[in-house]
Amino acid sequence: MEIVRSQRKPSIDASPTPTLSLYRSAPPLEVRLEDFELYAIDRLRVLKGISDGLARGKKPEEMENLVRELWKTNMRHQDPAEVMNKDIISHFVLRLVYCRTEELRKWFLSMETTLFRYRFRLESLESQRMLMTEFQLPYKALIHAEYETVKDKLVQVARSIGQSSNTDTIFFKVPFEEVPDLVGSRRVFILKGFAYVPMNQVVSLVVTQFRSNISKALVLTNRKWTSTIKEQEKDRLTPIVEALSNSYLGPDYTQPNESAEISLKDIDQLASNSFPLCMRHLFDKLREDHHLKHGGRIQLNLFLKGVGLKLDDALAFWKEEFSKKVGAERFDKEYAYSIRHNYGKEGKRTDYTPFACQKIISSTPSVGDHHGCPYRHFSEENLRAALNKMGVGGRQQDEVMDKVRNRHYQLACTLTFEAIHGTSCDTGINHPNQYFSNSQKIRQEKIQATT
Amino acid sequence: MAKERIPNEGDEMQIDGGVCEERVARAIPEGFNPDYLKIYYGKLFPYADMFKWLSYGNDGKHPACDHSYFGRREFSFTLENDIYIRFQSFGSAKEMENSIKEKCPFKIDIGPVYSVDPAKRHAYAQGGNNVFAPVERELVFDIDMSDYDDVRYCCSGADVCLECWPLMTIAIKVIDTALRDDFGFNHILWVYSGRRGVHCWVCDSKARRLNNEHRAAVTDYFHVYKGGENSLKKVTLAGPVLYPFLARSYTDVLKSFFEEKLLRSQNLLASEERCQKILGFIPDESVAAELLDKWQGNRRSSISKEDVNVVRWDQLKHMLQSGKQKIQGLRRCVEEIVFSYTYPRLDMEVSKHMNHLLKAPFCVHPKTGRVCVPIDPNNCEDFDPTTVPTLSHLLEEINEGSMMMESNNEWERSSLGKSIEFFRSSFLQPLLKSCKEEMESAYSAKIKQSKNSLSW
Repeated sequence: MEIVRSQRKPSIDASPTPTLSLYRSAPPLEVRLEDFELYAIDRLRVLKGISDGLARGKKPEEMENLVRELWKTNMRHQDPAEVMNKDIISHFVLRLVYCRTEELRKWFLSMETTLFRYRFRLESLESQRMLMTEFQLPYKALIHAEYETVKDKLVQVARSIGQSSNTDTIFFKVPFEEVPDLVGSRRVFILKGFAYVPMNQVVSLVVTQFRSNISKALVLTNRKWTSTIKEQEKDRLTPIVEALSNSYLGPDYTQPNESAEISLKDIDQLASNSFPLCMRHLFDKLREDHHLKHGGRIQLNLFLKGVGLKLDDALAFWKEEFSKKVGAERFDKEYAYSIRHNYGKEGKRTDYTPFACQKIISSTPSVGDHHGCPYRHFSEENLRAALNKMGVGGRQQDEVMDKVRNRHYQLACTLTFEAIHGTSCDTGINHPNQYFSNSQKIRQEKIQATT
Repeated sequence: MAKERIPNEGDEMQIDGGVCEERVARAIPEGFNPDYLKIYYGKLFPYADMFKWLSYGNDGKHPACDHSYFGRREFSFTLENDIYIRFQSFGSAKEMENSIKEKCPFKIDIGPVYSVDPAKRHAYAQGGNNVFAPVERELVFDIDMSDYDDVRYCCSGADVCLECWPLMTIAIKVIDTALRDDFGFNHILWVYSGRRGVHCWVCDSKARRLNNEHRAAVTDYFHVYKGGENSLKKVTLAGPVLYPFLARSYTDVLKSFFEEKLLRSQNLLASEERCQKILGFIPDESVAAELLDKWQGNRRSSISKEDVNVVRWDQLKHMLQSGKQKIQGLRRCVEEIVFSYTYPRLDMEVSKHMNHLLKAPFCVHPKTGRVCVPIDPNNCEDFDPTTVPTLSHLLEEINEGSMMMESNNEWERSSLGKSIEFFRSSFLQPLLKSCKEEMESAYSAKIKQSKNSLSW
């Protein structure tokens, strides 16, 4: 099936919106392995940006702008002919990535549908009509003569549902079976078995169709993945696919820049000023109990590394605490190794990257553990207490708790950040080290402003 | 259907100069029993017409006919002693006739057409793919007078009389118009349910193929009177103007029936209790109180010859619809009252599902003995449920008839004749004509397509 649309003739109207794909079938193109991953990552940035926008409750006009920006920023290609290919290829790669569990499918479906909705809205009317034909939706635009005969009733219906009727609105004549919800709620005019649907409602219908198609496709893709692809591609595509679904897309903080070095004597101050709640909690517990279990040690240690704590200082720090409980010798024997290991100085010398929020949120702390994401893993009571300690109370605390209830843990952390620092953080918090460096930046700026 | 005077038991009648007493002695007592029913099924039930109807043209000789079609339709029988048997199916008219005559069901229900013969459904269940499923079913509606008990004071429960029957007339007019004008359906059969309601069968092929979601859409479109036992306000007409269907129903049917018939015949504003009920619709307490005062004042000075209900209603309208009232909700009150008292109350579940079974036309109602005869929607104001042929009267007519002359078609001699005639001319013939046309055009399109695929 032809899915790559032919280039439109350049029109006088200079809107450079590209044509949309319906992703009906995987393209018979050759893809370089690097592009396979890179295109997917770019598209993932777009989808995650959309996810973020939705979670923040952006209004439709804001979402429309956001989608336009995200698409422009991430999905460009030097070769204009490649733009469409990138769109299609990246979609199909992500299908492989996100078909594998119910939760992944749900997220992907939701984001792709939203992406499609706003991209459709940004298309010209002509382009939209062409897409509707491609969907094989039996919608015919109303010709003027017929419009005149039903105009009064169309206005009446619009008024009856409290909408203003815009005389410029295009109407489509559709068999009433196509729009059962609109008919059932008496929100559309019907005559002799046809519904007269205004343009803005048509968008919903097209999107519903798109969603339904992708939903079915994802289930099929999953079947194919499990039965053949995964095994077939285990040395080539499978590792890429598996990594992509967990990918964090910001800086990885493995190499802290030099100016971000911190020294031990400042660490307590830094902890109370600039550590995100997860790390602050671990830090406080370490100071309190002089011990942390494995999960906590790794999470905190890698964070500290990302923050700029040198290995020698790190060893000194942990030793200072642990000795109070287990003694210096035992520390050297049993714990020092793993700290060095985190810094890539032992074993296979992998310089481990500090954990991003996603990873921390999905961890599973159990009895005696203090790692994980407090917004997720703490009880309401404990979380409120912790927020109070951080200096977040009253209405701000309630707003944070509201986000928590809706399972937007990173947003909760962002709100905490904003409450403490008194500024907004538009990019949202995706990484504890990001929280730290943002916080430090703001404090530096404040200090500079006052000197 | 035109009113017919059917001889009642005990009426004095002269027949061929015969004596009254003789007539009474031979009269068949009112009522219903299996013996009467047997005779009815033996001589009167229109098997051939039912078969033609439910075959939708598939009983013919045209190559496009699907001869399995009728056999895939489910019927269910309720026998004496309330024994209920489902998934009955018949390969031919004769088979159906024989089965009905043999079993003598007190009630016959018609279900959907399935993908396979219902009698063989178990064979297909193994696949697990749900191969046994309904594929066609008329769009049906069921309106029952007992759902209106809170707005009729003449009868209640199972009873029905000429004072409250207009509520059914209203329902027929409103729904029938919408089915034709708004939804574009043409082949619609309205049937008296035999006691206190009406059924509607929409038989266009488009209607038969609607899935449950579509049916729900149509049903919801008609759903205006809502709310369960505990909600006070069952009709909410929001918005600055009414949706076209609602506006049309109000202007063409509801308003006039309410003001010219029901207001008087039901004495809707004649007592304090009934007045309070209507005043309850007015959200503004001061306005309601003012009206109540006025009406209580009126009671004493009823010199006027005008019906008190009409007078009071006029006063209410004047107060709510005058320019003085700024709140929109008050102006809308008048319509909301009228809708609450008159708008059709459908049984939603009946219409929403393809597999719902509904009583067949021309059955006899066991409690009243009345035949479920078709109603002409164009003349539904003239329909009188109290003069619908009963089992015993029909048998009387047969008896008389067989004394007078031989006839091949018993029903022609009887009052049932008019009903069957109407069924054929108004409904069946146009329907079958349309089915034939559809079949032919679908067939020739198919032929054309296969010809095209051969050419290269």
